[in-house]
Amino acid sequence: MSDTPQKQSFHQKFLETKSLLLTLGIIVTISIGGLVEIAPLFYLNSTIEEVEGVRPYSPLELMGRQIYIREGCVNCHSQMIRPLRDEVERYGHYSLAAESMYDRPFLWGSKRTGPDLARVGGRYSDEWHRDHLINPQSVVPESIMPPYAFLADAALDYSTVAAHLRVNQFLGVPYSDEAIENAATDLEAQVDEFSSGYDDLLARYPGAQIRNFDGNAAVITEMDALIAYLQVLGTMVDFSTYDPDAPENQR
Amino acid sequence: MSQANAMPVKSSGLDGMLIGLICILGAFWSLIAAARGVDPQIVAHGWLMLIGFVVGLYLLVNAYTGHGRYEESGFYHDNVIKAGAIATIFWAVAGLVVGLFIALQLTWPGLFYFEQLGFLNFGRLRPLHTSAVVFAFGGNALIATSFYVVQRTCRARLAGGLWPWFVFWGYQFFIVIAATGYVMGVTQTLEYAEPEWYADIWLTIVWVAYLLVFLGTLWKRKEPHIYVANWFYLAFIVTIAVLHIVNNLAIPVDAFGSYSYSVFAGVQNALTQWWYGHNAVGFFLTAGFLGIMYYFVPKRVGRPVYSYRLSILHFWSLIFIYIWAGPHHLHYTALPEWAQTLGMTFSIMLWMPSWGGMINGVMTLSGAWDKLRTDPVVRMMVLALAFYGMSTFEGPLMSVRAVNALSHYTEWTVGHVHSGALGWVGMISFAAIYCMVPWLWKKKGMWSRSLIEWHFWLATFGIVFYVAALWPAGINQGMMWRAYNELGFLEYSFVEVVEAMHPYYIIRAIGGLLFLAGALVMAFNMYKTITGDVSETEDIVEPQPQAIPAE
Repeated sequence: MSDTPQKQSFHQKFLETKSLLLTLGIIVTISIGGLVEIAPLFYLNSTIEEVEGVRPYSPLELMGRQIYIREGCVNCHSQMIRPLRDEVERYGHYSLAAESMYDRPFLWGSKRTGPDLARVGGRYSDEWHRDHLINPQSVVPESIMPPYAFLADAALDYSTVAAHLRVNQFLGVPYSDEAIENAATDLEAQVDEFSSGYDDLLARYPGAQIRNFDGNAAVITEMDALIAYLQVLGTMVDFSTYDPDAPENQR
Repeated sequence: MSQANAMPVKSSGLDGMLIGLICILGAFWSLIAAARGVDPQIVAHGWLMLIGFVVGLYLLVNAYTGHGRYEESGFYHDNVIKAGAIATIFWAVAGLVVGLFIALQLTWPGLFYFEQLGFLNFGRLRPLHTSAVVFAFGGNALIATSFYVVQRTCRARLAGGLWPWFVFWGYQFFIVIAATGYVMGVTQTLEYAEPEWYADIWLTIVWVAYLLVFLGTLWKRKEPHIYVANWFYLAFIVTIAVLHIVNNLAIPVDAFGSYSYSVFAGVQNALTQWWYGHNAVGFFLTAGFLGIMYYFVPKRVGRPVYSYRLSILHFWSLIFIYIWAGPHHLHYTALPEWAQTLGMTFSIMLWMPSWGGMINGVMTLSGAWDKLRTDPVVRMMVLALAFYGMSTFEGPLMSVRAVNALSHYTEWTVGHVHSGALGWVGMISFAAIYCMVPWLWKKKGMWSRSLIEWHFWLATFGIVFYVAALWPAGINQGMMWRAYNELGFLEYSFVEVVEAMHPYYIIRAIGGLLFLAGALVMAFNMYKTITGDVSETEDIVEPQPQAIPAE
């Protein structure tokens, strides 16, 4: 090292020689943006609108949501209608933050290989969904969606449904202790219009749709759960009481 | 200072004990999961992981009794890098095969879906493709090259005894857990963060070990300064650790079950995810691969990096600005508008520091432009930088809300991602491996230069087909969705737009096939280089000096 010593900049003298200082510099530099953008979402009241009607998913819907997650439906279907004229006309009212406030994880998606599903609930009959899931091309010949016939044959495993609700409760989703205790019976009640748990289920999950979704009363299948979930999507908010121009909904 | 010490490194014993402890604890958890897991997926994973940890223990014992198979007398620790180079190409081929398969599914669903094999449906294979190319191919390229570069630029042997091997095998193990999980339907669905909580915990352990090996090597360095490539590698390792841990915070339903719920919900979950997702692009696929560029481009063309000051400027501005850009994935969604605007603003600002890297890389060829004609590897590097420049211009463009209104949810996004992934990440990784393989295996060059040429042209045409199909496809798709007829009604039903995509999908699949063919050519060339006699070849790499004395 016989070179004549040169005047070294701060960068050369410290950041390029002290690896921990460099590491610290990196951590500080990358922390600022995340903190400024993400942290306020947790305390700004305006982040989520005030609406009526959004409730936690019923046990059957929650299990259906897990099927939706398992099969990777989100890879082709978004659940986020943007406030653009064509989307509102095609899919319905634009999506509100409040509608996914109990969604863990969120399923807004990033690609529409298939149509948006944020408001698919109530748009088609259970039979249509069943036929479509078993063989999509039977109802939409040009569809490129894969077949999900196996869902109709697979019995739904809901042995851990109470634990699913408990974790959600722990994270702040308003499930009551009673709801957790009765999770399995509520799940069974939702596929049977004549069950004794009908009223309790509706009391805990107002507006829940109660019927046999897959047309097979012998067994509760994954198809039941998935269709129950699809049929509740986008149906919870009471838009007759929602005022988008109210100051608390200005974001 | 004159003496470079030969270092037949002995492991201190502590590394082996700690790794052994990790394997034993892991095996213990896996055994319980296999025996009393609450869902069939976790039972299958329990068995798989039990086998993995037992194999790990076997390898560990072998490292001590197998008479130095894991040690080497050379100055540098290169065997783990050789393994990494092979793994990189293996996963590249695997990831591209899956990519081609799912591209064919979208093109001809009647031929590539099987009613009885639901686990081969697009929804389960898509994360398999993205993870295989981003994390398995890209990740292995980053780990292998970073181990190579940090040793050479520090003139120090990799720190940590057996830990580099733990990082290598631990990372492959993570890939296998994640990949088998997707096929079984074990997923958090967060894009590029799909693996479930136990795979995430495992990756965290491996990643911390990786960071410590890297830092430990920096601490041992004999060079006064930390070379610019290492800043980028360090930023990549540190930031990915932060992103991974925060975005994957979740509560499992059962300590021996495969389901979990994110601690973030709805809109907060969305922004946290895209803060992660965008910076997986920024720090995994950009900063990390810029580290590769900053070592291999100057080395291959035999010229110094164009501008030291530019490298400082664009390094700090790049990592500062990138982290803000996430909200541009959520334009016009239920994310508050102030956050969208902030994300858009920083995305546009990001254009300049991104191009700083491209300028620094391309201008390094000053005085060596002739190599563009004579050396296909240099051509690959320049093509990679050109695609880097294009993608980092296109990104800010797409982050403008008005443009995003059209491009979001369409194939345009997929085209954009692939111009970056195939053009930049793929090409710079291939180029680095073409440099590294002859150096590592002490060959004069690659077995065949004309096969490198073939690879270059196959890959280039593959990318052109791919993006030339999906850019117009996306714009077409966006325009059709918003088209109105003269009566004021929406012109097209959704499925008519699906139909319109068919020709583009065919061209895209051809592009994917060409790119895969190029990777297969490379795998063959690599195999011949490693196993064969390369006494005569037209591909000449400048020999890498082993441990240069300082004076």
